[in-house]
Amino acid sequence: MISLRINGETRRVEVDPETPLLWVLRDHLGLTGTKYGCGVALCGSCLVHLDGEPVNACVTPVGAVGGRTVTTIEGLAKDLSHPLQRAWIAEQVPQCGYCQPGQLMAAAALLAKIPQPTDSEIDQAMSRVLCRCGTYSRIRRAIHRAAVPETKEV
Amino acid sequence: MAQRLRLSRRDFLKISALAGGGLLLGVHLPSSGRLAEAAGDAVFAPNVFLRIGTDGAIIVEVARSEMGQGVMTALPMLIAEELDVGLDQLSARFAPADTAYVNRLIGQQLTGGSTSVRDAWVVLREAGAVAREMLVATAAEQWGVPPGECRTERAQVIHGASGRRTGYGELAAAAASQPVPESVFLKDPEEWRLIGTRAPRLDVPEKVSGQARFGLDVRLPGMLFASVERCPVFGGRLLRVDDAKARAVSGVVDVVPVTAGIAVVAKDTWSAFQGRKALAVDWDFAGNETLDSAAIRRRFEARLAERGVPVREEGDAPKALSGAAKTVEAIYEAPFQAHACMEPMNATADVRADGCDVYVPTQAQTRTQQVAMTITGLPEERVRVHTTYLGGGFGRRGEADFVLDAVELSKHLGRPVQVVWTREDDIRHCFYRPATLNRLRGGIDAAGSPIAWEHQIVGPSILARVAPAAVKDGVDRTSVEGAANLPYAIPNIQVDYSLAGTQVPVGFWRSVGSSQNAWVTECFLDELAAAAGRDPFELRRALLEGSPRHLRVLELAADKAGWGKPLPAGRHRGIAVAESFAGFVAQVAEVSVGEDGQVRVHRVVCAVDVGPVINPDTVEAQMEGGIVFGLTATLKGAVTIEAGRVVQGNFHDFPLLRIDEMPLIEVHIARSDDPIGGVGEPGTPPIAPAVCNAVYAATGTPVRALPIALGPRKAGAEKAPAAQPMA
Repeated sequence: MISLRINGETRRVEVDPETPLLWVLRDHLGLTGTKYGCGVALCGSCLVHLDGEPVNACVTPVGAVGGRTVTTIEGLAKDLSHPLQRAWIAEQVPQCGYCQPGQLMAAAALLAKIPQPTDSEIDQAMSRVLCRCGTYSRIRRAIHRAAVPETKEV
Repeated sequence: MAQRLRLSRRDFLKISALAGGGLLLGVHLPSSGRLAEAAGDAVFAPNVFLRIGTDGAIIVEVARSEMGQGVMTALPMLIAEELDVGLDQLSARFAPADTAYVNRLIGQQLTGGSTSVRDAWVVLREAGAVAREMLVATAAEQWGVPPGECRTERAQVIHGASGRRTGYGELAAAAASQPVPESVFLKDPEEWRLIGTRAPRLDVPEKVSGQARFGLDVRLPGMLFASVERCPVFGGRLLRVDDAKARAVSGVVDVVPVTAGIAVVAKDTWSAFQGRKALAVDWDFAGNETLDSAAIRRRFEARLAERGVPVREEGDAPKALSGAAKTVEAIYEAPFQAHACMEPMNATADVRADGCDVYVPTQAQTRTQQVAMTITGLPEERVRVHTTYLGGGFGRRGEADFVLDAVELSKHLGRPVQVVWTREDDIRHCFYRPATLNRLRGGIDAAGSPIAWEHQIVGPSILARVAPAAVKDGVDRTSVEGAANLPYAIPNIQVDYSLAGTQVPVGFWRSVGSSQNAWVTECFLDELAAAAGRDPFELRRALLEGSPRHLRVLELAADKAGWGKPLPAGRHRGIAVAESFAGFVAQVAEVSVGEDGQVRVHRVVCAVDVGPVINPDTVEAQMEGGIVFGLTATLKGAVTIEAGRVVQGNFHDFPLLRIDEMPLIEVHIARSDDPIGGVGEPGTPPIAPAVCNAVYAATGTPVRALPIALGPRKAGAEKAPAAQPMA
């Protein structure tokens, strides 16, 4: 039995510790917001936070998570209140939407480290998440929007 | 003031009472698509677009698939505009498979060909107007006032003089017994309150909360997960399998042969993947294991050596060529391309004795239903298709191979089964954009005007697989679109097509034939411009006098891009224009080419004319998306064949454009009163030629094969394009 701290709750699962965290989230815990895209850490659709660090859940054995805190898209905020979710809505970022949980988790980790990132800092942090629909311009705009303290918004 | 218009198909409108009260607006839709004509009978069946409950709930049934193109918002906008309700007052849900939801431009219930809004543009506005008129009539009767004194706003009928107002929900039950009007008013464009606005998409909140349900997110009680090992070589088949080790993998429940290969079924996806790796399979490669890209090219070359089937002949191109002052000849080569939707292919089926439910991210409800009916033997009404959100489509999800996997497995096991394709399955078992080989010859007269154009296209046919009867006299119209309809006023034009099948399965890939034909023709036009010593924009402008919509977007793009104005050192522009799916798009790309031959696209200015615009934000998003999709194929990847199989398998060798390679994209929507066009696909065709023409401007060497692969550049290699002498 493996015990995990996910989105503020403690969850227990009976799986092979080699099972990637992605499939534990999706198939065992019903947290399907984290997506499968490539299985080998090339596309970023599966990004989650471990103690705030963005990691590819598809290559993270669940047995290696240990006591670290797991945050998934479902745990980013209740009621779409995260500044990035609000910015994503304001900029109408998603098209098909499949990669967007990974994009949001990558962006959230970026803003936690660098509250007002430059374009090149956005490139560096976000180039690990692929989008086939081509929403990159809007992702960039949304990150800048979320990075501006809202009190300064007109 | 709007004119009262006869309903375009009043005979088909039906209104009935909802069970439990309320109004249900149904429409019988005849099919008029080409495929339906071929099938020889029209489709008549009841269908529901709109439900208004006595509680005021307004539900719009969206009969097209949402794959990012915004249809889940655009179609309800059409109804809401005429019904006078806010988008925030309705909910949209995906319609089941039903013959009544047939896309009349295609003849099946299918989302593709950038047809959704074109198909719905009139009928959904009429549906909204009819419902509104009946609600008004009901209220007017109840109040004893003339209907003409009533207006509607935000789901209420209002009688201005008396100040009375009633919500649609309270009127719905009585409205359902009103006669269907013979004719309705449709608003004039200046009366639109919703159409033409940047209405927020209805699907965005779910897509940023992680709650949006894609195909892979379907969870049913007792469900199993499966992964199918397919023959790596095209056209092969299973000989024997040793599944002992696979069955020993923890979590594996069964190993089952299916049409496509051999499936490992498990309690979770990961166990199915692990079990699959433990299979030992012998395949019969059917002799295809020697097929490779070079052999396919030789096959194409052999066809190029003989005359193809003429698809357009005007004047006498060979004669004009022989008398031309200058001639240019070139071979253009486009590779196979995979769709690489971010959500790998999948489907979930629940087959029982009395019925079958298929939960699937599909563009093709009709085909899905037909496949499930064939496998289960169940009648149409017992096979229910539940369309989820699609994590990308691009034409790939118009297929039903993943549905076949799931239905076969669920039938065999008697339990719900979700089939999950790996990324490698997706790249290696796609229906690829056809590879083509093209020969072009062009002639220019002494005054520098193009007088002859010859284009021969060699490649495999999509229709030969999906609708063989639609291949007429050896011509697949999808293979020549974007080439046969060359818009330029050149007096002698000859376009030929040579169908050259291979074992590699081909399919519809965003913008289909135009995705490569626009590249070929627009790049070759720049070669002619160079040979004639003319500016590529000015030459196009001169040749497009009779094509006002091409001209409109060409001039808009050139103007907004500052065509002809100086650029920073090392930057070059290229321009291209194309019509596809009734959308007209021109793009100007600004690129630089590094010492290492690396092409960087800095800026793309895009001008688009699609006639009336439902939602400008969606049009912009689709242009951005179409450009990025095309840029990946221009700059990054290709599918190649070795030993009968696809070489590429994941994003390391089939790379997609990343955010750090993203150009600045500016979209300008042309004011246009011309007929409505598609937006999902037309953004893609111009980008490859715009970029390649900019590279040509930078290097003086035309780009005649994709993706662009330039070697390291010699010092001082930058030069103006020069004419390529005819071999």
